[in-house]
Amino acid sequence: MADQLLQVRNLSVTFQTARGPVHAVQNVSWQIDRGEVLAILGESGSGKSVSASAVMDLIDCPPGEITSGEIFYEGRDLLTMSRAKRRAINGKKIAMIFQDPLAHLNPVYTVGWQIEETMVIHGTSAAEAKAETINLLRKVGIPNPEDSAQKYPHQFSGGQRQRLMIAMALALKPDVLIADEPTTALDVTVQAQILQLLEELQKETGMALLIITHDLGVVAEIAHRVVVMNHGEIVEQGSAREIYANPQHPYTKRLISCAPGQGEIHDKVSETEPLLKVREAKKLYGAFEALSGTSFDLHEGETLAIVGESGSGKSTTARILLRLEESSGGTALYKGKDLFAITPKEMFAIRRDIQMVFQDPTQSLNPRMTVYELISEAWAIHPEILPKAQWKARVATLLEQVGLQSEHVHRYPHQFSGGQRQRIAIARALALEPRIIVCDEAVSALDVQVQGQVIALLDRLKAEYGLSYIFIAHDLPVVRDFADRVIVMQGGRIVEQGPVRQIFDFPRETYTRNLLAASLDPDPEVQARRRAERRAKEAV
Amino acid sequence: MQKFLAKRAVSSAISLIFLIIAVFFLSRLTGDPTDLYLPVDASQAARDQFREIHGLNDPLIVQFGRYVWDLVHLNFGESIRRAEPALPVVLQAFGWTFRLALITMAIVTVAAITLGALAAFRVGGIFDRIATFFSLIGASAPDFWIAIVAIVVFAVGLGWVPTSGVGGPQYWILPVAVLFIRPFGLILQVVRGSMINALGSAYVKTARAKGVAPKKTIFVHALRNAMLPVITVMGDQAAALLNGAVVVETIFGFPGVGKLMIDSILNRDFTVVLAAIMVTALAIFIMNILIDFAYAILDPRIRY
Amino acid sequence: MSNTRTPATSVKAETPEPGKARKMLQLLLADKTATIAAIFLIVIIVCAILGPLLLDQLATRQNLRGRNAPPFDLTRSFFWVLGGDQLGRPLLARIIVAAGNTMAVATGAVIASMTIGSALGLVAGYSRGKLGDIVPRIADVIMSFPSLLLAVIVLYMLEPSVSNIVIVLAITRIPVYLRTTRAEVLEVRERMFVQAAIVMGASHLRIIFRHILPVILPTLLTIAALDFAFVMLAESSLSFLGIGIQPPEITWGLMVSQGRPYLTSAWWLSFWPGLVIILTTLSLNLLSNWMRVALDPTQRWRLEIGGKKNG
Repeated sequence: MADQLLQVRNLSVTFQTARGPVHAVQNVSWQIDRGEVLAILGESGSGKSVSASAVMDLIDCPPGEITSGEIFYEGRDLLTMSRAKRRAINGKKIAMIFQDPLAHLNPVYTVGWQIEETMVIHGTSAAEAKAETINLLRKVGIPNPEDSAQKYPHQFSGGQRQRLMIAMALALKPDVLIADEPTTALDVTVQAQILQLLEELQKETGMALLIITHDLGVVAEIAHRVVVMNHGEIVEQGSAREIYANPQHPYTKRLISCAPGQGEIHDKVSETEPLLKVREAKKLYGAFEALSGTSFDLHEGETLAIVGESGSGKSTTARILLRLEESSGGTALYKGKDLFAITPKEMFAIRRDIQMVFQDPTQSLNPRMTVYELISEAWAIHPEILPKAQWKARVATLLEQVGLQSEHVHRYPHQFSGGQRQRIAIARALALEPRIIVCDEAVSALDVQVQGQVIALLDRLKAEYGLSYIFIAHDLPVVRDFADRVIVMQGGRIVEQGPVRQIFDFPRETYTRNLLAASLDPDPEVQARRRAERRAKEAV
Repeated sequence: MQKFLAKRAVSSAISLIFLIIAVFFLSRLTGDPTDLYLPVDASQAARDQFREIHGLNDPLIVQFGRYVWDLVHLNFGESIRRAEPALPVVLQAFGWTFRLALITMAIVTVAAITLGALAAFRVGGIFDRIATFFSLIGASAPDFWIAIVAIVVFAVGLGWVPTSGVGGPQYWILPVAVLFIRPFGLILQVVRGSMINALGSAYVKTARAKGVAPKKTIFVHALRNAMLPVITVMGDQAAALLNGAVVVETIFGFPGVGKLMIDSILNRDFTVVLAAIMVTALAIFIMNILIDFAYAILDPRIRY
Repeated sequence: MSNTRTPATSVKAETPEPGKARKMLQLLLADKTATIAAIFLIVIIVCAILGPLLLDQLATRQNLRGRNAPPFDLTRSFFWVLGGDQLGRPLLARIIVAAGNTMAVATGAVIASMTIGSALGLVAGYSRGKLGDIVPRIADVIMSFPSLLLAVIVLYMLEPSVSNIVIVLAITRIPVYLRTTRAEVLEVRERMFVQAAIVMGASHLRIIFRHILPVILPTLLTIAALDFAFVMLAESSLSFLGIGIQPPEITWGLMVSQGRPYLTSAWWLSFWPGLVIILTTLSLNLLSNWMRVALDPTQRWRLEIGGKKNG
């Protein structure tokens, strides 16, 4: 027992909130030893980060309170230690990195200063710290370490910032590194690089690595063992392969079965006349070309996915199609009219036909309007759709169609869960009886299980209403399950387009192949095979 | 950074130009300037002479050109009441106001930042209560009333300090104390709010995970970030002190620019009023540039 | 919006309204200091409306025997409880009557500056063209004017009537609303629900009045309460300096000023009106603090969990 490096035993933490005390974690126990990679897997609200915060003494009282448990580090209980002693361990023996590195780096100090500080407060001399900082920056792959040390966090890219965080955390060669969702906001290719870096560094230093994540793919890629959490309790733990291959707890089973990328591939290819023809669409921001001449068709009744990393121009495409921004060139023919060129008045008539579902339903629904007001606004704007006398009945029908109770018409958005809110947003889009719905990362903000439900809903509605979707996403497995055709974009250009099977099984372009290779499969076996292939390639 | 500062300087300068235009046209369009410049009981001959000398019979645009020309040469004309150039009179008074504002702001800055940071560190604690109390008083108390009550109590009643005038340090105590309240309360409030944000921020979490001690977390990691909004408010308050010490100066008989202004208004000495406004506006203009400079030094996101 | 509702649905949609009012009252009662502040302000408002009508006679009739009569003299009538002024007029009656002018000036200035300022702010924040760049400059210019000096010089050149004072104070406060509204609109405009409304084909007017304004209104009201206190103080300062409201009109600031020569012999002449000013502005500040919490859905729980400190 005591020979484990870090051990959490029967930890319970309670937070005081407006709705009374919330038991964030209850009786949680796990341990991690040198050289080991442990993942804590859970959805939002599962309490997966809480035990790590307790290890780092980051739980403030109030509102949080550790009600029971022990945390042993090298046999000593951290929770009974003085604050000063815990500070001496933080950063030196146990270090932590976070999601969203931009927010977690101090914006007004140079990154060099921030890395040096870690060393200086734990007793390294200033000169030594300075020299070591340059080494660290080189080690985590920051170009021009000497110059970069003098720069500020906002001058780096997202991936580089996470590298800086890693450099800072590893400065004193800690025994344990805790990484809280370290790759969540990053593009897939960058995510792959960061995970690779973490793995290399872990092997090199022999430290224990604790990864907190919601992503089965991350677990499959890097973890030896995994702890699955739900509603503040551990439901299951074991080796990553075992848990994936043979989950015991119903929650784990559900989670694994919901993982996208394992469904049937759609083989239907629509041969009808295109509904929407986009030709040479361009968008400039000053001298910067966000979109440089993209052309594609959308057929009736199909789901066209546009995938790409940040800055690929996929969202820009949606925004100019809906005239949320003006295009800088090209045409988009719909019913014989050029969407880019028509007057606002003509566009108003077409708006009915082309609707949009946004990424974050919390933000896309006006918080001060009831569900009834949100949905019926469509008919207030376009009164020809429905006479007022029928609004109430129609709202109720729509709510039932998207799987919500019609009694909830007078509730406000904040009284619903994330998935339910996205259903409201879909009902609102349907209210206008559109032919095309543009889904801009419509499921990215949702938990995996909810994601699956919303995708299923979209699929069903497509058949019922004869809809066509433009489905913009960065998450390849979701696209694989849902789309009929795929467009891959990079740097404002279309790299490749074709039926979903062709793109996923026989990609032609290197970029597409890299993108697919970087995307993580929830099966540890598959990831192990991919890692082996990668290494073989690197060896050559 | 140069671009940022240049942009800010230009926008301040535009404001200054607007001020000049506004003052000129207000003074011309609201009636005969001779009414403004000359005492009420001036004779008709004096009025005609005044119109002749100052070219008030010329077209308005010519008058405006001459007015700007004079301003550029810092020629504000003569104080009619004192029969001496207006500028030195104003500058002397401004010196007093400037010292008063400087002393007050120095004390306010140190006190508000220290107390605000401590209040934010323990919300609901003793420092926090002091902070809440002062910010409420600062926002609610009429300074003229505080001033006269202070005179009654401390100068007349207790006899600890003189009622008015200038001289040794004891003459500064009451004016500074009264002027202190409002900016102290306001800045304290902003420091507190801004520090609470900063202390709850992600980078402070990082600092704690690194093992940085609480004192260093507050004063090195959080405070510098929290200062950014504070600086803006400090600028506003300093400007308010430069121009708004009118009431306090009048009550304490402090020979600053505010008192000069009120005296000149009551004596209908418009040249001095005008010069005082220009000098104050210029001082605020310079101070705004300094504030922007401080902003740029503190925040690298503006510099790069 | 109401005209777009059918009679059947309007009943349903309207029913939450009285509920909302009751809810706000509950939230108010949850904060004891804010409740007291609100009650005090209601008393002041009643005084301001009824005082000049009922007590004008009493407040202006000079009575040489009551000159500088000391407060708490129980032999006189109720209105003499705070004493008499230098011309033998009952102070309490005068304070009640003066509430009328004081409130009128502050209300006028706040409503005017809020209407103009937020309208300009909406235009500046919503339009993406040149207008969006030019309008904020107006605020910069006004802000760079030393505001009290501006008031002084304008009142010097114009006659210091109630309407002129309202205009001057309103102008100096426009930037506050302009800047806040603009900043909020710039932020709210980019929110997804506004984009969603555009995608549905909502007109500019609908977006501004249905989607943007309701979101920023609580902020504006909170500022207005705070600003009311500020304007009151500014008016008092001007009146105190003798360039605001002129006798025989009265305001609280003017009363403080008129009592000043008698400070050492009859402190109550300046003390009572000053105290009323403090209590009123204090109440406004407390109410504004409460509003900041009560009108913000993410902060409201602080009041709902009852009685706890909200910092």
